[in-house]
Amino acid sequence: MILEVERLTKHFTQTRGFPRTVTTTVRAVDGVTFHVAAGEAFGLVGESGCGKSTAARALMRLIEPDGGSVRFGGQDMRAARGAALTALRRRMQIVFQDPYSSLNPARTIGQTLAEPLRVHGLARGADALAQAGALLEEVGLPAAAASRHPHAFSGGQRQRIGIARALALRPELVVADEPVSALDVSVQAQVLMLLKDLQARRGLAFVFVSHDLAVVRWFCSRVAVMYLGRIVEQGPVAEVFARPRHPYTRMLRDASPVPDPTRRGVLPRVVGEIPSAANPPTGCHFHPRCDRATEQCRVEYPGWTIDGAGGVACHHPLS
Amino acid sequence: MRRLLSYPIASIGALLCLLIVAGAVLAPWIAPYDPLEQNIIERLSPPSAEFLFGTDNYGRDVLSRLLWGARISLVVAVSSIAAAILVGGAIGMVAGYVGGRTDLVVMQVMDVLLSFPSLILGLIVVALLGPDIGNLVFAIALTAVAPFARIARAPVLSLKERAYVEAGRSLGFSHTRILFVHILPNILSEVLVMGSLWMATAVRTEASLSFIGLGVSPPTPTWGGMMRDGFENILDAWWLSVFPGVAILLLVLGLNMVGDGLRDATDPKLTQ
Repeated sequence: MILEVERLTKHFTQTRGFPRTVTTTVRAVDGVTFHVAAGEAFGLVGESGCGKSTAARALMRLIEPDGGSVRFGGQDMRAARGAALTALRRRMQIVFQDPYSSLNPARTIGQTLAEPLRVHGLARGADALAQAGALLEEVGLPAAAASRHPHAFSGGQRQRIGIARALALRPELVVADEPVSALDVSVQAQVLMLLKDLQARRGLAFVFVSHDLAVVRWFCSRVAVMYLGRIVEQGPVAEVFARPRHPYTRMLRDASPVPDPTRRGVLPRVVGEIPSAANPPTGCHFHPRCDRATEQCRVEYPGWTIDGAGGVACHHPLS
Repeated sequence: MRRLLSYPIASIGALLCLLIVAGAVLAPWIAPYDPLEQNIIERLSPPSAEFLFGTDNYGRDVLSRLLWGARISLVVAVSSIAAAILVGGAIGMVAGYVGGRTDLVVMQVMDVLLSFPSLILGLIVVALLGPDIGNLVFAIALTAVAPFARIARAPVLSLKERAYVEAGRSLGFSHTRILFVHILPNILSEVLVMGSLWMATAVRTEASLSFIGLGVSPPTPTWGGMMRDGFENILDAWWLSVFPGVAILLLVLGLNMVGDGLRDATDPKLTQ
């Protein structure tokens, strides 16, 4: 296992009101546990606001987590300070959702790509620029793109540049935070192909955060489904989506359209809104939207049941 | 720069400023008389071919004094605003970037500074430290620090949430590098626009302080000081106050026009 995340927690508190203050705690990530093997693509799926992006950032310590442990290549990510943290960060990089805000508009692509090499003393001067050109070619852009500014590129091209930047330090793991959801569908496919290609060529592991089940199904080998800050089901992608055990996973799967005309017209009803993570329902967080909920679900949060290669947190799992 | 000059208003403003700067720089060569030379016989003579803008109470040539006085006005305005940009800009950027309690405390202090009208604050400082060109620069810089801290902080607040700043952190860049290499260039244009507009305010503040006798001590010519001298003889000798007044007006107008042009030229909404 290259990445071991155990009971990772991130709560946001907000104090407002005067003179009597009210403090609300949003449990954005509430005890998330998963492992990623070297070279493996691990998916993290869930509705907006379920904490999947926060979990991804907290494990890289771009947001400081409140609790739990993160081990990367056997080293404790949370205890690392200074140079040790920089060295660990070098080995895990992030690709962002928004290709427009992820590149500094004032700097050329070459500067953006060569800067990490220079800062880490991997290359300098003409050598750094040559490596920047090689990175651009690796992501399918001409090396000449290095002399231009981000505004000269389209969303898909910018996302390629963002991927090239993430690759500059030769990481072992890439956290991809909704890397294609801001792109046109045709471009999505190209960028996904590129990521898949890089995974094979460089042996990269991925933590792939997405709300798009079709993309996760194609890209990832294992997946965890998050709901209100917690993982409710985890397992191999084919199994989780073919035979979901958690009612929430089934709901997500059924809501994701399948391009098959013979299965047309059976779009299921999605019941209810996602509740606020500041004030989650008692017991199982999903019980107000669940058709299998019983009294037990209203009172007690279900424990984690290991089931084959995966697991589920449900009192009444589907068989 | 070329885009700036494509705005006619900005070009006129730049031309005005350039003329005044040229006059100030070339004063030793183009001023017809010594600005300090008194000529009691010719005192209070109206504009004529000999004295284009007339002479003052001591018979000194008003045009020569205006040209030399421009030096003081410009030096005070440029150096005080440069100091305010450096200090205020740094305070605002760091406060915005660090955030949290530091930000709160620093910006509250700035708000206190901001609550003084700039003339009053300048007056207090000069009254405490004494009228002298260094103190004048310090006083005006102090009044302008808070606005620059505000103007630098606001864009930092939004820029630090940009993914490229987060990318910089994940790539292991230091906070100093992120702040100065990645954030600073993106707020520079806003700060410079503010700078040109505040330069006009600095010219006015300097003139006002000199007018009430808290600027540079006589006999050194300054525009505000000349207006005050003229004020004593306003009924007999209009030219004493009018010419320095017009000079201040033109410089302030020119700086404001350049500032507006700069703002339009650097506004991404208008250029893309």
